[in-house]
Amino acid sequence: MHEMSIAQSLLDVVKEEMRKNNATVLKSVLIHIGQLSAIVPESLSFCFEVMTSGTELEGAKLNMEVIPLTGNCRKCDRSFEIKNYAFECPFCDGTDIETLSGQELSIVEMEVD
Amino acid sequence: MKVSVVKNILAANDRIAQENRAIFDEKNLLVFNLMSSPGAGKTSLLEKTIVALKDHVNIGVIEGDIQSSKDAERIAETGAPAVQINTGGACHLDGNMIRDTFHEFDFDALDLLVVENVGNLVCPAEFKVGEDFKVMILSVTEGEDKPAKYPLMFHESRVLLINKIDLLPYVDCSVERIREESLKVNPDLTIFEISCKTGEGLDAWCNWLKGEIKAKA
Repeated sequence: MHEMSIAQSLLDVVKEEMRKNNATVLKSVLIHIGQLSAIVPESLSFCFEVMTSGTELEGAKLNMEVIPLTGNCRKCDRSFEIKNYAFECPFCDGTDIETLSGQELSIVEMEVD
Repeated sequence: MKVSVVKNILAANDRIAQENRAIFDEKNLLVFNLMSSPGAGKTSLLEKTIVALKDHVNIGVIEGDIQSSKDAERIAETGAPAVQINTGGACHLDGNMIRDTFHEFDFDALDLLVVENVGNLVCPAEFKVGEDFKVMILSVTEGEDKPAKYPLMFHESRVLLINKIDLLPYVDCSVERIREESLKVNPDLTIFEISCKTGEGLDAWCNWLKGEIKAKA
């Protein structure tokens, strides 16, 4: 249950970006959550609501997109979706896999006024 | 107005972890982050490792727990310097908490610093503290399905220690299955089978660790 500290870090970044853009109202924020990250979206959503209620950010919407885990095989140079967290190439059975996506935990876009 | 941001949410922690790492590197100090579920044997492993290596290696320990200083007291019994962090509820340690303990250690007198994280198979894997690598313990009583259920921690670790192998006759658990499932999630894992109770397998782990310490010294 580390979603509370993730929500806190998220709000720190949001507030900093709002200051930079001279914005006072946060309408929504879009974040990417990699499939491999150990974040429960519902729990993060709940923490976000708790931490914004009663503040100047109250009512802001948190939109989350889960990014699938994908990799590239260094042996045969083909890309694929990593299923069941098995880091093995479905084409050549190679296990030297570079992770391409699925480890994100990032803010992508904000809608502010 | 829409604003494109693209910023890592944990950037602040990552930055502090990097600063910690720079301090460790400057002192040629090897640091590993030790993680497992509660009761898998983190503190027992450290007690055994410290005693086994005490003539060759000076080890310091940062103990993370939600409450109590029991673990730091156990480590102090071995003669190694230990500092307890109480997170007061937080389920993991982060870069900042680690940094706050630095003034309690003389890094020049240490060859290895171990950060024993809060017992939890999920959250600690998400937060870097400045370590060279992560070590995790899975005990055979926890079951062979854990790599599939908690893939992040297995994926992020360099070493997996399979502990309590002395209990294998009494539990429905296959070490081979644990190996297979773990290597699926992380083909680069180095795996040791150990028993902190009987001491079996600890030599191999200690020798490996000595090699890593030497490589950074």
